Amino acid sequence: MNTLAPVLVIALVGLVAAFVSHPLRRGVSERAQLAQEGRLADLEAAKASKYREIRDADMDRRTGKLSDEDWLELDRGLRAEAIAILHGLDALGPADPVTTSELAESATIAAR
Amino acid sequence: MGVLGQACLLTALGLSVYGAGASLYGAAPGRERWVVSGRRSLYALFAVVALAFLLLEIAFVTSDFTFPVVAGQSSLTTPWYYRIAAAWATQEGSLLLWLLLLSGASSLAIFSVRGRMRDVTPYATAVLLGLGAFFAAVLFFTASPFERVAVGPADGLGLNPLLRHPSVLIHPIFLYGGYTLFSVPFAFAIGALIVRRVDAEWIRATRFFTLTAWLLLGTGILLGARWSYAELGWGGYWAWDPVENASLLPWLVGTAFLHSAMIQERRGMLKVWNASLILATGVLCILGTFLVRSGILDSIHAFVQEGNTIAWAFTSLIVVMTAGAVYLVVTRASDTLRSDARIDSLLSRESMFLANNVTFVSITFVVFLGTFYPLITDALGEKRALGPPWFDDYIVPFVLVLVLLSGIGPVIAWRRSTPSRLWRSLRVPALAGIAVLVLGPLLTRAEESPLSLAMFALGTFAIGTGLQELYRGMRARQAMTGESPPLALAGVVRRNRRRYGGYLVHIGISVMFIGVAASTAFQHERDVRLTPGQSAKVGGYTFTYERPIARIAQRAGELERIALGSRVRVERDGKLVTVLRPERAYYPINAPMMGAISRYFEGNATSEIGLKAGLRRDLWIAEQPDIATLQPIIKAGDKVFADARGDLTARQRGDFLGVALGGLVNRYRTSEPPGQFRILVSPLVTFLWLGALFSLAGGLLAAWPEPGMLRGRVRAGYAARLAQELRRA
Repeated sequence: MNTLAPVLVIALVGLVAAFVSHPLRRGVSERAQLAQEGRLADLEAAKASKYREIRDADMDRRTGKLSDEDWLELDRGLRAEAIAILHGLDALGPADPVTTSELAESATIAAR
Repeated sequence: MGVLGQACLLTALGLSVYGAGASLYGAAPGRERWVVSGRRSLYALFAVVALAFLLLEIAFVTSDFTFPVVAGQSSLTTPWYYRIAAAWATQEGSLLLWLLLLSGASSLAIFSVRGRMRDVTPYATAVLLGLGAFFAAVLFFTASPFERVAVGPADGLGLNPLLRHPSVLIHPIFLYGGYTLFSVPFAFAIGALIVRRVDAEWIRATRFFTLTAWLLLGTGILLGARWSYAELGWGGYWAWDPVENASLLPWLVGTAFLHSAMIQERRGMLKVWNASLILATGVLCILGTFLVRSGILDSIHAFVQEGNTIAWAFTSLIVVMTAGAVYLVVTRASDTLRSDARIDSLLSRESMFLANNVTFVSITFVVFLGTFYPLITDALGEKRALGPPWFDDYIVPFVLVLVLLSGIGPVIAWRRSTPSRLWRSLRVPALAGIAVLVLGPLLTRAEESPLSLAMFALGTFAIGTGLQELYRGMRARQAMTGESPPLALAGVVRRNRRRYGGYLVHIGISVMFIGVAASTAFQHERDVRLTPGQSAKVGGYTFTYERPIARIAQRAGELERIALGSRVRVERDGKLVTVLRPERAYYPINAPMMGAISRYFEGNATSEIGLKAGLRRDLWIAEQPDIATLQPIIKAGDKVFADARGDLTARQRGDFLGVALGGLVNRYRTSEPPGQFRILVSPLVTFLWLGALFSLAGGLLAAWPEPGMLRGRVRAGYAARLAQELRRA
């Protein structure tokens, strides 16, 4: 065990050093693409959050917390903000083509 | 194993320092690979600390007493599952557990946001690794669990008897899990403040970790309360003890943050407030760990007696964290943290959340002041402590306000509502609350405690609004889909987990507080000395001490404890309700110089309570046996064994000792010894545990990820596309 311990320690440190220094040795290519992906991810998160707000407002109306007038005003504002996010998303790259099956699935879900 | 463990700690320290530096250096544009390297340091830190923790667990499970930490909290007779838990019963092991959970949670958080918030993440990574560096340094330099001696003792001292409870297996993990997970939003808040990007993105990115931290810490607190109720023998689940308060403080501020963060997400408001709350939560988590481990405040839960070897380090960290947080908030308050909007109306959910926040922070201040009062007064000359009545006087009114707000909040709309609309939403629950207020004194003794009666009424109101919201949501879903009520309820909850999870938490908390109010105000309590055959009447029940019971419990062929107790018959109106068997368990102290017999009564002792829990009330009894009649025999036995020292082999000594203790136990059984009993009849304690379970279920529901939003995007007019994606999400 006394002789094994130094070997294990050296192996541990070597493994850790190799793992941590890997990006420095290889470099990170396509930085611009990475930055764009980051912006895309941020906008997707913002979109998800805005959609949740729209659904919440709709639920507030359905459960009687919001009057129709207040809801209309709120919903209009939220949708405008969501559309701005969609614009931002599209500005980052081409939209994915919608497929027939997606539309069919969408119709099925909406019908529920 | 010791060398490898020490190497792991040193590597963890090196990784933390390097990773923090690399992340900070890589935060500048064009140095992405340093950020990636820093991130990898975090992952490697988790792997290395996991290896260290595994090595420590192997030392405990294999009873390697050359490690002093193992010899101090484990023994050959300690069951394997308690040997595993004994690792974190030690100061060194608990700090290693902290580092393990911190590095695990941090790795998960940084992995989950990779690619997002590219400006904030390097600083957040650096903060998390900075915390890692602190714990790794404390472990390596002052509290290493891998220090070793050349020759260990033949056996260890064993786990502190008070810790021999199933809760020790999970309670610390939940608490530390909560503390460490709160480090994630803390770190991202710091990062967001540094780069002056204080929109709600950092809140959204860390929401899962914040909610999970809140859930884990809350569960840990409740497990501790249950443990206290079942083990400590004083008859309560909460004593406003410093160690209890230490875990409550970050939970209170974290709860306030969970509410006010929603305002920032929705309206871009309260940015200063939210940043301050989560930074305070992070600091209080470290303070909580420090209070539990340092023993600077007297506590009934103080199992650690190592002294203040880590006090200076924790104090320094707390000072640095507090100063840094204050600096960042103050320097960003005037411009970056300005709100995007204002509160439109007092009748709005924003206003309710703000009131809720003020209440939570007020409670936090009271608990903080009460907890540190002994230190403050000690510094001023005369040390004084504040007891539960002081806490109750100040906190109960605030809790009443909280329960009221938790009832109003769910039914009031964002931005603005109208009195008539609000009344339509509140009238049914409000009438239910008023009915309790009126009927309570007529049907029960509720008028004896006006504050409790108020809690029953407000709790009913809050439960009513929660249930009403579930019903309304179900009806709305039914109107849309025509589903059956159960399906519609499941559907609406599934699609709005955060909303209905929150409502369930409110319902659960209200049920809990009803239980707390009833069990505190209407508890019957009596301390009484009884001899066999005598009875005591408590809360309409007759407790009769039928006979003493005594036994020797062995484990792995060794005497583990001597349990002395009683069989107590409980009757109501002459009918048998239950039979309770409270015991006092005596664990021997490992001190060879003490008397052979008396050392079994000079060590730690635990109360094994007798409990009959019910939905309406708990019958609870603890006993302190009177062993005065045994003392002459104990002394005589000590003398016999002392005189025979050197004449007996170890085996002979063990055999004679077994005979002597067996005789002692028999003597106790036959001598009709008196006992000092503490008897409680507490109404609705079960409500507390049921409400807690309900709240936890709601918290889980809220933390559970929502159904995934669409990844693919469709070509269409934006409004149509939005409508389509909303339907599908």
